[in-house]
Amino acid sequence: MSAVSSPSASPAIELINVNRRFLSPDGKSFATLNDFNLSVARGEFVALVGPTGCGKSTTLNLITGLGKPSSGEVRVMGQQVNGIDPRIGFVFQADALFPWRTVIDNVVAGPLFRGRSTSDAYAAGRDWLKRVGLSKFENHFPHQLSGGMRKRVALAQTFINGPEILLMDEPFSALDAQTRVLMHEELLNLWSATKAAVVFVTHDLEEAIALADKVYVLTARPATVKAIHPIDIPRPRVLADIRYQPHFIEISKRIWQDLREEVQFGADASEAA
Amino acid sequence: MTPIEIGKGGAILYAPGTSDAEIEAAAIAAALRHRRLVVAWRLAILALLLGTWEVFARTGIIDSFFYSYPSAIAVRLYELITEGTDEASLWYHLYVTMEEALIGFLFGSVFGVLFGVALGRNKMASDVLSVYIKVLNAIPRVVLAPIFILLFGFGLWSKVALSFVMVFFVVFSNAFQGVREADRAMIANAQILGASKWALTQDVIIPSAMSWIFASLHISFGFAIVGAIVGEFIGSRYGIGFIIQTARGVHDTAEMYAAIVIIVVVVLGAEWIMTRIEERLARWRPPALNDTNG
Repeated sequence: MSAVSSPSASPAIELINVNRRFLSPDGKSFATLNDFNLSVARGEFVALVGPTGCGKSTTLNLITGLGKPSSGEVRVMGQQVNGIDPRIGFVFQADALFPWRTVIDNVVAGPLFRGRSTSDAYAAGRDWLKRVGLSKFENHFPHQLSGGMRKRVALAQTFINGPEILLMDEPFSALDAQTRVLMHEELLNLWSATKAAVVFVTHDLEEAIALADKVYVLTARPATVKAIHPIDIPRPRVLADIRYQPHFIEISKRIWQDLREEVQFGADASEAA
Repeated sequence: MTPIEIGKGGAILYAPGTSDAEIEAAAIAAALRHRRLVVAWRLAILALLLGTWEVFARTGIIDSFFYSYPSAIAVRLYELITEGTDEASLWYHLYVTMEEALIGFLFGSVFGVLFGVALGRNKMASDVLSVYIKVLNAIPRVVLAPIFILLFGFGLWSKVALSFVMVFFVVFSNAFQGVREADRAMIANAQILGASKWALTQDVIIPSAMSWIFASLHISFGFAIVGAIVGEFIGSRYGIGFIIQTARGVHDTAEMYAAIVIIVVVVLGAEWIMTRIEERLARWRPPALNDTNG
């Protein structure tokens, strides 16, 4: 393919006609992704919304290289994915911190795994803890922190590796509404300094609109892209009251039209199953 | 301000305006009262059991030839401690048994952890070998005692071998299970952060399997002692098992019970040490909170 000969011009992430099938214990295979196409430009913030269990997380797994497509192509920075790409950072829905390590030891895990010197790693770790406002908690264990603070540690743990691609799997879904808005601001702050390409999976439509440049609406399983909505709200965005602006509400109504049918369909399908 | 007692379950309600310090003091006092009551009940039950035993044995309701009685056991215990047996002092017997049990425990737990982690991390190996492990695990360990005596003689190593097999499978299966239960998201996180396969095992899998492994170490120390003593029953020249065996030969039941008491004390002591070590290692775990309302 000559089109990808200049890698700097290629999108950060590309999924081209990707299918992903799983084998159930009784030997039947079922599809979670069906002719799935996605393209994320460098520095672009993309949100994926869709009904629960439609295959959003599967998409992220394919990009990390932890999962392989059954057919089709997954490209990162113009190259086919083969194993875990070090340019990728991932923030999980569940608490994925190491509970037996202190806050600072959690943050420096990445640099140390990647062979940086201890003094280097800890200097960088302290710097990142300062940026997420947790310097005072460096020697605490995760269980001593609130849910929001643990997410900040997770963000520092991910951002310290300087990811060019940031994948987020419903990262804030377990937080209360107020904390979630604070975390959105934190995330946009950190992101604007790095300009990583982001794929943010969520089932919260308002969250998707508030954060993203583009919102992909996925169909119920097997997931395909139903619609792509560009979000033309200028940055920097003031998240505290963005959701009360008429333009925001207008966008949100438009996308909800698409989403509602799929959510309804997905719910019917899972009840029938 | 005095708390208002609510009858049901002894729950306490504090009157409005009670200060934090007062609630705290009352809660501490209540916790102390509870502890004292628990200790008092335990002592009462002990006294009742020993007293009944003594009285029943002395009045002939139970045959003191088989069951002995607490005062006789206490005397034999004292004699064992001060004079030992004909062969050696009590401390030497205890040393022999502990040496057998500790070496068996050490090797059993180290190999158990190594094999458990290795098989837990390697699906192919565990799929292939699981059937053999199931078969080996189905062998009641004590039937190996005569074989080990033949193989390794009457000395230290036959008992070590028996202790080893007693400990190994318990630790192995817990380590294996602990590895399998390691959180998927945590593993994926470590991999994406850049952990190599070895770093993943060492820094994520083993620490997260640690509570499983420790649970098995708690039980298996007792098993190590069982291994050593059963080995001594079958054939030995020293050890607590040997004391029990010779006491049986001369129908000295008091001495048999005295030896049991010694072993119980040793196992409880080991248990206590292990709990302290575990508390040290598990500082990261959340402590349990106490309700101030008793």
